[in-house]
Amino acid sequence: MQSKPIALTVLDVLSVIGIGAATYFALVFAPTEAVMGNVQRVFYFHVGTAWVGMVGFVLAAVAGVVFLITKDLKWDRLEFAAVEVSAMFFFITIALGSIWARPAWNTWWTWDPRLTTAAVTELVYIAYFMLRAGIEDPEKRARFGAVYALLGGLSAPVTFMVIRLFRTIHPVVIGNQSAAAQGGFDMESGMLIAMFVAIGAFTILFVDLIWHRVRLAKLEATVEEIKLKNSI
Amino acid sequence: MKTSAPSLFSAALAIARKDLAAEFRSRELISAMLVFAMLVILIFNFALELDVGVRQSVTAGVLWTTFAFAGTLGLNRSMAVEKDRGCMDGLLLAPVDRSAIFFGKALSNLAFMLLVEAIVLPLYALLYNETRVFKLEFLGVLALGSIGYIAVGTLLSAMSAQTRTRDVLLPILLFPVAVPVLLASVKASGGIIAGLPFEEILVPLNLLIVYDVIFVAVSFMIFDFIVEE
Repeated sequence: MQSKPIALTVLDVLSVIGIGAATYFALVFAPTEAVMGNVQRVFYFHVGTAWVGMVGFVLAAVAGVVFLITKDLKWDRLEFAAVEVSAMFFFITIALGSIWARPAWNTWWTWDPRLTTAAVTELVYIAYFMLRAGIEDPEKRARFGAVYALLGGLSAPVTFMVIRLFRTIHPVVIGNQSAAAQGGFDMESGMLIAMFVAIGAFTILFVDLIWHRVRLAKLEATVEEIKLKNSI
Repeated sequence: MKTSAPSLFSAALAIARKDLAAEFRSRELISAMLVFAMLVILIFNFALELDVGVRQSVTAGVLWTTFAFAGTLGLNRSMAVEKDRGCMDGLLLAPVDRSAIFFGKALSNLAFMLLVEAIVLPLYALLYNETRVFKLEFLGVLALGSIGYIAVGTLLSAMSAQTRTRDVLLPILLFPVAVPVLLASVKASGGIIAGLPFEEILVPLNLLIVYDVIFVAVSFMIFDFIVEE
């Protein structure tokens, strides 16, 4: 059993401070949006979690490719950790979006292209867990997981592209938005700062959680090995 | 006498020919897919009350759902046959490139799917008096959509055949990943039936072609990792 690295402890503390700061910036520091009022404040965490969600899926696809080339199981552990943490963050993104959509669009959910692709992305990663659960051999599990993470990573870009291809009511805050978008707003500098604080805080938390998950996965592998040895 | 290994193309064709020959003798796959497809359309008929007004807007969706479902049936079966009777090991032992196995299986799967489509389309046209499904553009989109769907489906069926849950897993793995292809196909073919101008169909059509290329290329490249033992 290896001891916990100091850098990880530092990262733990930093993520707690970061989330605290992001909460302050989102709820107190950022100016209240003129039309939507306080409910717009959900936006900062929505963007923060969406950001790490997408980054994690890309990271998983890259780690999957590296695993297929190197056949080193540590990349498989990174890939699995990235998918698990990101799937959770992405789910939080959808839930937060839903909370915002209720007052802004007058509905919890709508089958808008952006929302649909978000739901599909989430389903891809649920399927990923089911695939892994169905395979006993760790090496084969890693191989198949890597292939599926790569395929999932290819479908994720559609989530980004689709709002520029189809008419959607989901607002785009950065860049040009669709004429049909509802609930968009121009960002003041205070809002911009709060958004970047949230993105930074969630990035630190994301790295921290992945590190923990990778260490846990290593322990799981050790347990599996010991069990196998004792059964012989 | 020539002893060199066959080229990728001829090896793939040989595998596809083997599948087709086996199928034409037993006819178990095609008949199952066909009956299943007709049942799905039947269920849609009373689930959606397919009268004249509704039909206009949902024909593309109904047809694509039917083909996607029937497609998984065929994909599952064609890989399960290889696995159950140990044929896959024989194929892997053959002195050909592994990609040839992928292309061979994909070709025969595509042939089955197109055959089912070729029989279901006229039946649908007859039953619902909908001749617009024979437009050349519509058939083109159907072919393009089937190519992308089968490419990624063949890869995933080779994967799901080796897991504990097998047949149950394939649709769960395949549908979310194939969404870009299905979505673009439904949009494009729906637009063609509604008689939209070509510029409006071009957006989903481009998406469809892009994903066809991506899925065929990626499946071709990573199939090796699925079958290695």
